[in-house]
Amino acid sequence: MKATSFAALLLAGGVVMGGCGNSDDTAKNGDSTTEQSTSNSATTNTLDKETQAYKDFALEQLDQFTKATEEFVTAFKDGDIEKAKALYPTARMYFERSEPIAESFGDLDPAIDARLADLEAEGQTKEDWTGYHKLEYALWEDSTTKGYDKVADKLIADTKELRARVETVEVTPDMMINGAVDLLNEVSTSKISGEEDIFSHTDLYDFKANVEGAEKIFEILEPSIKEKDAALAENLTDKFNAVNDLLTNYETKDGGYVSYTKLTEKDTKALSEAINQLGEPLSQMGTILE
Amino acid sequence: MAKSTKENFMDKKLSRRKMLKMTGASAAGVAIGASGLGGVLKAFGVPQWLDDDTSVENKVNFYGKHQSGIATEVQSHVYFASLSVLVKSKAELQELFKMWTPLAVSLMNGQQIGETTNGHIPPIDTGEAVGVDAKNLSITFGVGPSLFSNKDLGLSQLKPTELNDLPHFPKDQLEEAYTGGDMCIQACADDPQVAFHAVRNLVRAASGKVSVNWTQAGYNSIPVNKEGKRETPRNLFAFKDGTENPRSDKAMNDVVWIQNGESKPWMTNGSYLIVRRIQMHLETWDRTSLKAQEETFGRYRHNGAPFGKQHEFDAVDEQRKDDAGNYVVPETSHVFLARQVKARIMRRAFSYASGVMDHTGAYDAGLLFISFQKDPQQFTDIQNALGRLDKMNEYITHRGSGVFACFPGIKKGSYIGEALFNA
Repeated sequence: MKATSFAALLLAGGVVMGGCGNSDDTAKNGDSTTEQSTSNSATTNTLDKETQAYKDFALEQLDQFTKATEEFVTAFKDGDIEKAKALYPTARMYFERSEPIAESFGDLDPAIDARLADLEAEGQTKEDWTGYHKLEYALWEDSTTKGYDKVADKLIADTKELRARVETVEVTPDMMINGAVDLLNEVSTSKISGEEDIFSHTDLYDFKANVEGAEKIFEILEPSIKEKDAALAENLTDKFNAVNDLLTNYETKDGGYVSYTKLTEKDTKALSEAINQLGEPLSQMGTILE
Repeated sequence: MAKSTKENFMDKKLSRRKMLKMTGASAAGVAIGASGLGGVLKAFGVPQWLDDDTSVENKVNFYGKHQSGIATEVQSHVYFASLSVLVKSKAELQELFKMWTPLAVSLMNGQQIGETTNGHIPPIDTGEAVGVDAKNLSITFGVGPSLFSNKDLGLSQLKPTELNDLPHFPKDQLEEAYTGGDMCIQACADDPQVAFHAVRNLVRAASGKVSVNWTQAGYNSIPVNKEGKRETPRNLFAFKDGTENPRSDKAMNDVVWIQNGESKPWMTNGSYLIVRRIQMHLETWDRTSLKAQEETFGRYRHNGAPFGKQHEFDAVDEQRKDDAGNYVVPETSHVFLARQVKARIMRRAFSYASGVMDHTGAYDAGLLFISFQKDPQQFTDIQNALGRLDKMNEYITHRGSGVFACFPGIKKGSYIGEALFNA
């Protein structure tokens, strides 16, 4: 009895995953168990309201991102290095908040946000490099805006295209749930190590924006999570608060964040552990999809 | 993917009796009070009570008078973890040990801690031990002095007077990165991945409740003689480690197991674990003559016999002098000095090799010294006797340290550390 229900649940899981686009898998899984899978997929929560809310959020963020990028590029092209430096970290936050969506465009994400290290790993060179981090390099490392006009113009064009293409994205619950976890993984792997903004050291802005992006997803899904597992919802609220409280220690008077270079090993360890303690329960949000 | 998982599940030979037991136990539904993985474990009916499965190959029992991993014949691998607690109350700490209990039984049964049924969440068990048997996994839980000074937990009244951080010993160079801890988990197994898997899964299930303070993996190479009998393992200096361990029940009761009335009642049948991360300076040792190496220990390298004797287990006669009136066992040798005090301990050490030291390029290798005794003072007495005289000091540096009160064994139906919480 117990074994059967386990197996049925398993298969339902497989079918729902297959539903994301891999029709081969769906066929295979369905072979001997059509009956179970249909009865289970009928109960699958499609969360239409939630996915729409998230799409609205992403569109709004990318509207802001386009606007902020235009301001940043204008200052940059005017040769106003100080102003461009001031606008750089906050403009990026809109992008970092909505990264699960931006990432779904395999070409635009690197065009806007690739780090030099990513390109070099793929055998490309500085010449192939475009986007925010190249302008970061210009501002902080090269200390000039001259010779970067093409890159600056392309950044505007790519940003606008991203905004336009997001209209066509079909947001799924899976995308949201995996996206929230991915946002924290981004923090754990590149922000906490100072590798994201290696020239400007403004990593904590990206850190905060990633957390806000994950928190938004949680907020949208919170009622469904509460219904399924109230303790999980409560735990997630606590763990988001813990991360946000910790981050306030690094806020500056102007509402920004201190340079990554100011963080001690103890600081990064505390931040990293808080992210991991949030990530573990966050990865359980998929419980609403079974 | 789904298909093979299904087959695995079907293949699992669950006896009818056990199935009933599991179902009954999950129906009883003792609240874990945890969310995240703990909540999932609960939601999927991971039973609150699990028995040792004696049909499993290479299995060490979880339940008994004493915790496993102390008197258990030493395994070839250890993964030792010192943890900090993040929970804010005694009740939450108690729930943590309750939650861990069936997981520890599953792990020691060589089973996964839970079956994954929902593809939208990460697997419950991290899975790297699938397909191997129990590998004699033992899991030993202990609590450190700092747990009792944590005001949130309100345990200060229950701290045994003998549970304190060890005093500073001559030549100690302790590093914060390898010292102390509110709790420890010692996972030993005849497979390194099985030992690591146990700690990894227990820590993961306790996300937000504990954090890892420091860890160390270690290993033993256990020789087997022609008659198939296990022999004492050698440390990285090539000398046998553990020759003088207590073996009889009486000796264990005298040296290792806390008897009724000897400590706080919750420690009866428990023991103290002392861990020392001792760097061995292999480069200097390896350019030391055989004679000087043997004089350092006071034993012969090839068979472990004490100076002046023939066999490993011959009694050390530290009083014996040669015709010229010199001690046969050198006065600065490890064995001679250790025998200047009555105290005995049970050694259960492992070797480690963890890369090279950043600032010197020397091997970061040595001994993960672990000993069990009914009172940490036994270790302190011996270490003080070794003092500055010990010729071994030239070749070793103590870099890590911890003292942990290991709970008594767990009765069926009970949970880890129950005596502490009911005290």
